[in-house]
Amino acid sequence: MKIMHCPLNGPRNISEFAPGGEVTRMPEPSLTSDEAWADYIWMHNNHAGVVTEWWCHVPTSYWFIAERNTITDEIIRTYPASQLYTERMNFEQNAENK
Amino acid sequence: MPWGLLKYGFSKKYPARQDIPPNKELKNSYDVIIIGGGGHGAAIAYHLARYHGITNVAVLDKGYIGGGNTARNTAVIRSNYITPESVDFYKESVELYKQLSNELGYNMLYSQRGQLTLAHSDASMRTFRLRAEVNKQCGVRSEMVDREQIRELVPCLNLDKNARYPIIGGLWHKDGGTARHDSVAWGYAMRASQLGVEFHQRTEVTDIKQSNGRVTGVVTNRGTVNCKDVVQAVAGMSTIVAKMAGIQLPIRTFPLQAMVTQPLKPFVDPLVSSAALHCYISQTARGEIVIGGGSDPYELYSTRSSLDLKEGLIGHLLEMFPFLSEVKLLRQWTGMTDMTPDYSPIMGETPLQNYWIDGGWGTWGFKATPIAGKRMAETVARGRAPDQIRPFSLSRFRTYHLSNEAGATAASH
Ligand SMILES: Cc1cc2nc3c(=O)[nH]c(=O)nc-3n(C[C@H](O)[C@H](O)[C@H](O)COP(=O)(O)OP(=O)(O)OC[C@H]3O[C@@H](n4cnc5c(N)ncnc54)[C@H](O)[C@@H]3O)c2cc1C
Repeated sequence: MKIMHCPLNGPRNISEFAPGGEVTRMPEPSLTSDEAWADYIWMHNNHAGVVTEWWCHVPTSYWFIAERNTITDEIIRTYPASQLYTERMNFEQNAENK
Repeated sequence: MPWGLLKYGFSKKYPARQDIPPNKELKNSYDVIIIGGGGHGAAIAYHLARYHGITNVAVLDKGYIGGGNTARNTAVIRSNYITPESVDFYKESVELYKQLSNELGYNMLYSQRGQLTLAHSDASMRTFRLRAEVNKQCGVRSEMVDREQIRELVPCLNLDKNARYPIIGGLWHKDGGTARHDSVAWGYAMRASQLGVEFHQRTEVTDIKQSNGRVTGVVTNRGTVNCKDVVQAVAGMSTIVAKMAGIQLPIRTFPLQAMVTQPLKPFVDPLVSSAALHCYISQTARGEIVIGGGSDPYELYSTRSSLDLKEGLIGHLLEMFPFLSEVKLLRQWTGMTDMTPDYSPIMGETPLQNYWIDGGWGTWGFKATPIAGKRMAETVARGRAPDQIRPFSLSRFRTYHLSNEAGATAASH
């Protein structure tokens, strides 16, 4: 079994984790065209090499960040999301609701 | 063997048959370059040469012909999808498969013996009913069957009501079957090369040249080649090749694992599939049990296998056929699948005028090889995707017109 290091729970079998996709920045919905929003939802970098992704330790519902290599299947490092996101993300209220 | 026969082997009168001529030098330019020499690339080339008179075509493959997913799939061919556009499309592919041995003069070992998909929940029964009705409407043979009919179709199936996931019904698809995957790639490639198409193996495309919204040529490890049109048909590498042309795709690449047992006496005639158990099997003409198809849970560009996934797959197999527990595995392998968000392919136009895509075939594209060849060749020859494949255009994502086949595709092939 492959082992992943959870920043909260330590080394665990990879079957305890669920991938949450690449770390991307959500565009501000009220300022984004339908096309750009479609791209944000559907398009993927699908990069061959080192990627930065969201992962979740399912039994504890703990979300964190992992860097892994999609060619060699190596997990390079894992760390709490707070290292990337130092402040709360705020989005303008959707223009239509204003 | 009588020694007398040997002389024929050395005689010039009986030269060894060469299905596909070895690499020549690449020409400076071609009318059409097809990137990827899997079943799809070979079928597109064949249709261009045979039906559209376009023979100045080069198929470039970084490995060998049919060595990608075409060599790795479990050969399930069926048309019991859920959206009318898919049913219509795959139905025509089944029709083409039926006559493919004649079309190519090459034995496809096509065998239409029906596919049984099992339901273990009321939710599955509901989608099966919908699929059966949509299928019938489109002229595809699908019907609901109960436990008694299932017992008749596959007497050795575990129908125990105390099983972890008891079987409550099924979808019986008479048009389901299999074909020999290598024959498909080789048959198309052989006939295409006889019509003048060049196949260049170990020729990797590393960049795509363009100017003013048009492609002008491709860069390979054997030099740069100019062309009027380019088609990409590279399965798991779709994103990487499209990026060379500056095109972004809604595709993610996941490994898909399969395996095969030692040969056994024939005991199961139809193909048997359970989406809930993520497992399907078929018995080959040689008696081996082909077992598919476990998708890895996260993206990778790798054909490595993993014990966890194989163990999980075998566990599910044994719930259906417990008596297989002592059988030995003969081979196991993995391919890289190009998964789309709606489990439908991406075919036809791209933002570049003369660059065409045939990808997003994920875990289900072998069955579409003949129809993709036919429709993509039409697309290139006419400069426009025909109506049948318009629902599968890349532009559907921009307009949120997805063609959702998740229920009919995930792990039932
Ligand atoms: C385990 C497994 C089981 C499957 N089971 C089924 C099934 O039962 N039924 C079904 O319908 N489908 C199934 N599939 C899916 C099916 O195999 C594929 O969708 C189909 O074979 C794709 O064919 P292709 O010709 O497009 O791709 P491939 O056969 O993969 O050919 C693509 C070719 O492109 C070449 N290439 C890549 N990059 C480059 C480059 N830069 N330059 C030049 N060449 C390049 C590769 O070398 C390769 O030969 C399965 C897949 C797998 C992995």
